[in-house]
Amino acid sequence: MARSVAEALAEKQREISVAEFFQKNRQILGFDSLTKSMVVAVKEGVDNALDACEDAGILPEVSVEIRQEGKDEYLVVIEDNGPGIVRRNIPRVFGKLLYGSRFHAVRQSRGQQGIGISAVVLYGQLTTGRPARVISKVAEEEVAYELDLTVDTKTNEPHVLKEKPVIWEKPHGTRVEVCIRARYQRGRQSVYEYLQNTAIVNPHARISLIEPDGRRVVFERATEKMPPPPVEIKPHPHGIELGELMSLARDTKAYRLTSFLSGEFSRVSPSLASRICDVASLDPYLRPADMTVMQAKRLIDAFGRVKIMAPPTDCLSPIGAQLIKKGLKNVLGGLRPGFYAQPVTREPSVYRGNPFVVEVGMVYGGDLPKDQPVRILRFANRVPLLYQQGACAITKAVANIDWRRYGLEQRGGSGIPIGPAIILVHVASTRIPFTSEAKEAIADVPEIRREIELALKDVARQIRMYVAKKKRKSKVSEKFFIVQKVIPEIARKAAEIVGKPVPPLEPVLSKVMNVVWVEEKVERGKGDFSVNVRVANLTTAPRSFRLYADVPAGRVMRESVSPPGEVSEDEVIKWDLPEIPPAGELTLAFRVEDVKGGYGETTFYVEGINPAMVIGAEPLPGDWGIKDLEVLESEEEVEE
Amino acid sequence: MSDVLKKFMEIAEEIYGQIERGEIPRMQIPSRTKYNIEFSQEHSVWKYGARYAVRSAKKLSGAYMILRTLYVMEFIKEMVEKGKSSTLRELYYISEGWGLAKFGSQDESNRLAEDLEIITGHLREDFHLRPEEDGASVIGNITIEEVNRKGVPKCINCRDDVGDSGYSIPYNVEKEKVRFVDVDADFVIAIETGGMFDRLVENAFDEKARAILVHLKGQPARSTRRFIKRLNEELGLPVVVFTDGDPWSFRIFASIAYGAIKTAHISEYLATPTAEFVGITASDILNYELPTDKLTDRDIEALKAELTDPRFNTPFWRSEIELMLEIKKKAEQQALAKYGLDYVTEVYLPEKLTELGVMR
Repeated sequence: MARSVAEALAEKQREISVAEFFQKNRQILGFDSLTKSMVVAVKEGVDNALDACEDAGILPEVSVEIRQEGKDEYLVVIEDNGPGIVRRNIPRVFGKLLYGSRFHAVRQSRGQQGIGISAVVLYGQLTTGRPARVISKVAEEEVAYELDLTVDTKTNEPHVLKEKPVIWEKPHGTRVEVCIRARYQRGRQSVYEYLQNTAIVNPHARISLIEPDGRRVVFERATEKMPPPPVEIKPHPHGIELGELMSLARDTKAYRLTSFLSGEFSRVSPSLASRICDVASLDPYLRPADMTVMQAKRLIDAFGRVKIMAPPTDCLSPIGAQLIKKGLKNVLGGLRPGFYAQPVTREPSVYRGNPFVVEVGMVYGGDLPKDQPVRILRFANRVPLLYQQGACAITKAVANIDWRRYGLEQRGGSGIPIGPAIILVHVASTRIPFTSEAKEAIADVPEIRREIELALKDVARQIRMYVAKKKRKSKVSEKFFIVQKVIPEIARKAAEIVGKPVPPLEPVLSKVMNVVWVEEKVERGKGDFSVNVRVANLTTAPRSFRLYADVPAGRVMRESVSPPGEVSEDEVIKWDLPEIPPAGELTLAFRVEDVKGGYGETTFYVEGINPAMVIGAEPLPGDWGIKDLEVLESEEEVEE
Repeated sequence: MSDVLKKFMEIAEEIYGQIERGEIPRMQIPSRTKYNIEFSQEHSVWKYGARYAVRSAKKLSGAYMILRTLYVMEFIKEMVEKGKSSTLRELYYISEGWGLAKFGSQDESNRLAEDLEIITGHLREDFHLRPEEDGASVIGNITIEEVNRKGVPKCINCRDDVGDSGYSIPYNVEKEKVRFVDVDADFVIAIETGGMFDRLVENAFDEKARAILVHLKGQPARSTRRFIKRLNEELGLPVVVFTDGDPWSFRIFASIAYGAIKTAHISEYLATPTAEFVGITASDILNYELPTDKLTDRDIEALKAELTDPRFNTPFWRSEIELMLEIKKKAEQQALAKYGLDYVTEVYLPEKLTELGVMR
């Protein structure tokens, strides 16, 4: 009797298992609010679609449609042009939790962070009672198959309610329709934002969205080039966890521990395998399938005590500088930033046996709002992370940098900076360390955090240079305005009031400008270009220095260089300029043979003068002996 | 040539000379911040100290300032020569035709007029510039003789010859315009808000307490402050100031008693050093259990700024400002209505004024 009660209880436990598991773990799976459920449903569908297209080498074309069916009830439709799913696999892909080809694969993929589309199907069926409808067609088939299915909550097996072949105009692809209890909204953490961010890091995809009110948004692709497919690698001993090790040992075809180690792991040679067995005090002939948990633990311990080469990193597929730039440009829409930093892709690195690579892009200034916190776009394996911003290693890395040094506002030198900027951070890895099962934030792993910070500092330096250059430029143009407009007007008015002639202004103007001006004028001749360089000393002291002209194209006609200067083999002219008095100027000239049919811009370098004082020429590389690059103000001024 | 025009000529000559010598045009004027005001023992008011700010044409703002100064001087010269005058607002609009020298806002032109006062040592009335701000109101038993616009002297008793809104103080209150003929009152009470002024008028506080009521209309205009000073100096009437209890009102009192920072060059004309504050203070808020509002972030900033303002560096003000920061509350004058409409005239003011020895 007692036994049968226990049996019945066990039965009951199994019966409710899947549904109960789901109900209990809604939060963990991401269905914790109505608006979030909507985003999660779309995310699962779109991630699947993009992965399927990429696996098959097809440029993704994904359309999402959201239709309102009732209060807080929506039909979510996601359709792709992927390879399609063969009929017999459809039920398992959509109707069985935790089913998928990627579960054990070690490679960079979106799927590793999903709970799977089947969880969406289950959520829909639990909240609206309606089955999901899937239509899929593979290229070889004449017809598509349309299935209505649910997840059997007792057995975690797919349950097909209805099935029929249908005519579909698409050559191949998959369409899934799920009705869910959810809420649709725009703005932050919305389907719109998710798709927009997805488009940034997937510039090869075309993504369209039809919103419940009929509005249609299309994120066009920015490139026709597919990203290189990620390469699958074997797991590296340093990253392995106990459960994984056990299941690898159970499934291996190897008969001995040594061949298991050298065959199933990367960077483990047969000789290293024996040494590991040695260190672990395990029999090299042990059958992997017979390994006990205790033995597995010793093995993992031994992994940590031997030297193993870092895993290969060529399995990662970063987005690349050019496409990050394009992607950002694409989604900014009407907003025009002042400056695109050259995106930084760090060299691949390794944490706990998992290769990873960090990429950072940043835009600054222009139309971006100046008084709001900087927008941080976080991505893991090309998937946008919208939630848990505060818990994420990316956010922590951003907050840890003193952005005041790079031209942004930041209270106390830490925290999210304020200013006109958008920062994009992408972490690609064969295994992203997430903080939780919902996979919404990257865990604060020191190696990853360090790489993110280094990449951030790299782009931040570019921003600082841009800001400094802009400041200098506006200072110079302000001085020009003073010199050309305001001071002549002051002189004219003062002369008018006192009834005297306007005095000569040049000495005053030099004092205000306090720069040396280098300016070229290029004229096209017959078969050559003649270049005239004006060097004006708009300072108050005599100046003598060396000027270098790096000619962009063609050969310098040696005899045309005036006054005579040295011409190096790589067509750089060097002049030792005679002393130029204050307000004085001189003209240099040379001619260049026209070989390429055009002349760009000569790059001028100076040496032997504070380069901050020179407009139109750069400091000679290596001439960085000057500490203070600020223009020195000669008088103390008290500003109110 | 008048003294003002002579001074102008000197300034223009100076700028011309600088350019002629190849120097960057510059002007020096006293720094007009709270860090550059000093207590003048002679006048018992706060005046500008020895710190100077240089406006140099090396910077765009300085270049504009010098250019505008030249234009304004030329404009004033014309007015003086033709016997015309203009308001500060008209000066601002006139600059529309000045090309580069055009003012960006009236604040800029007002400020420049003040700068010129400081540089030349003359009042803006000498420049034939007048404010458009309306003068404050006065009610009380005082008889004034004002030379009206037709040049005719006219006697006005500020209690019997005026309506409920009182006698309006003109922008020029110097002796050639306004003369005090007769007075029968014990003291002057300057009131910040219109609501409280009307309350005292309705309660006939002027008659009952033998007071002259002056409505400040917020931050008092120059002429109002000058008028109060003359009442104090020439008629020997004690002056008390009655305002809201917030940081801005403290500044109103300071501008009357100690001199305003903006006009510190003429503090000895405008400030009444013996003026006393009768509330609302932070202690009043606690003692009278007044209804309050929370201090805003701006209020708190203003209070903190006052702690570094030398004018408030007295034990009384320090403790009141610190107390207000501590309780984080402010109160309006009219909060006294909590105890009834007559409370302010029957209890609060008599208590305060007796304490000060102004009322017996």
